[in-house]
Amino acid sequence: MDWQALALTLKLAAVTTAILLAVAVPLAAWLVLGRSRWLAAIEALAALPLVLPPTVLGFFLLVLLGPRTAFGRGITAMLGHPLAFSFSGLVVGSVIYSLPFALQPLVAGFAAVDANLVDAARLLGAGPVRLVRTLLLPLARRSLVAAAVLSFLHTMGEFGVVLMLGGDIPGATRTLSIVLYNQVENFDYAAANRTAATLLALSAAALAAIYLGRRAPSAGQSGGSRA
Amino acid sequence: MLELSLEARRGNFHLQVECRLDSAWTVLFGPSGAGKTTLLRLLAGLDTCSRGGADKARIALNGELLTDSQSRLARKPGPRSQERKTCFVTQQSALFPHLSVAANVGYGLPYLGNVERRQAIEAALELAGAHSFIDRRPQDLSGGERQRVALARALASRPRLLLLDEPFSALDGAASDALLARLMDWTAENKVQTVMATHDATDALAMGAEVALLHEGRLAALGPATEVLAPERTRLLQRLSS
Repeated sequence: MDWQALALTLKLAAVTTAILLAVAVPLAAWLVLGRSRWLAAIEALAALPLVLPPTVLGFFLLVLLGPRTAFGRGITAMLGHPLAFSFSGLVVGSVIYSLPFALQPLVAGFAAVDANLVDAARLLGAGPVRLVRTLLLPLARRSLVAAAVLSFLHTMGEFGVVLMLGGDIPGATRTLSIVLYNQVENFDYAAANRTAATLLALSAAALAAIYLGRRAPSAGQSGGSRA
Repeated sequence: MLELSLEARRGNFHLQVECRLDSAWTVLFGPSGAGKTTLLRLLAGLDTCSRGGADKARIALNGELLTDSQSRLARKPGPRSQERKTCFVTQQSALFPHLSVAANVGYGLPYLGNVERRQAIEAALELAGAHSFIDRRPQDLSGGERQRVALARALASRPRLLLLDEPFSALDGAASDALLARLMDWTAENKVQTVMATHDATDALAMGAEVALLHEGRLAALGPATEVLAPERTRLLQRLSS
């Protein structure tokens, strides 16, 4: 077992999940409660990684973050090193690639909170931040857990974006899925089996936790719709 | 005094009401589907401009403009509701299921210190006859108890405009009458402008207040209960005598 790759994979998944939740919670609340005419376009854009081949996304990010664009040169000058082929670059790619997996459960969870409760909270003076903190998140906590677990698992298993954007640098960008690919390419099926089994066990355990949690009853989600 | 000019479309239904309510307590009377709830939601500022700007609302309380859907600033939902001090109690109660009764009632009072907040919560629950439920959860209450807590939550935040949409429908007759009498005294003492919707003529007549009769989205009559509801009164008396 490549313990360094396992540690790096878990670190990448944890950092990505933390950033995704910080971004996806306010974004999901805005999509559900907002009245902007741009909501549908933003939601479609955020869902794009679901249908885009990972290699295509990885390629675009590689070009965007590389020395060919002013943006990439600016980032390089700011950080002192290019984002491509670094752990930070992988985090950026993973956040974009896994965004729909964090966003969609949260949008569904927030939208299922009874609209009468949201109206009541607003009339009692709750602004958007208080509304999310005291009403939407507590009532949609299972959606929050689902968003976190799905983001973590999706990041852990990603391959195309990692390969395009990060390459295969031990300790910096070599994740478990890259290790698995290398092991199969070298016909080391015994090692590949262990790596695959590790990824499978982690994924199965996390999904089991979500589905067990869903069986517990939850208050406040009544399928009410937003205006 | 409440001046209102409201317009809303919901499919084929068109609500258009423009009037001035001089009485501090007005009963909004009409059959189901007359537009009572739509009118109250517009008054509460909940639906204004939510449907692509089709709704229009201009509301002034004692000369002060609360809502003007034509003004960009007034369209913003959220904290403005607190500045407007409008509370809306519905049939559904809409209690927050993850909070205790005390936390529900105190939800609109985050700006108060712990002691003041507790006092305000207890006073409001006492007024609504719900003090004994203070530590319970909404899911442990009956429909009538929930309505009492919802009323207490509205009263705790000391509204200037109180909107009631058949708020005592789950209470029995005697309990409903007693609570209503207490509420009418409280709103008179605290100068709270109140609009209460009902489709029950007996309730409307019993309150003896100004009645706004709503019919198919239009204001059909506005005046003292005995005048506006004269046909309903005659019908009720005939039923009683037979």
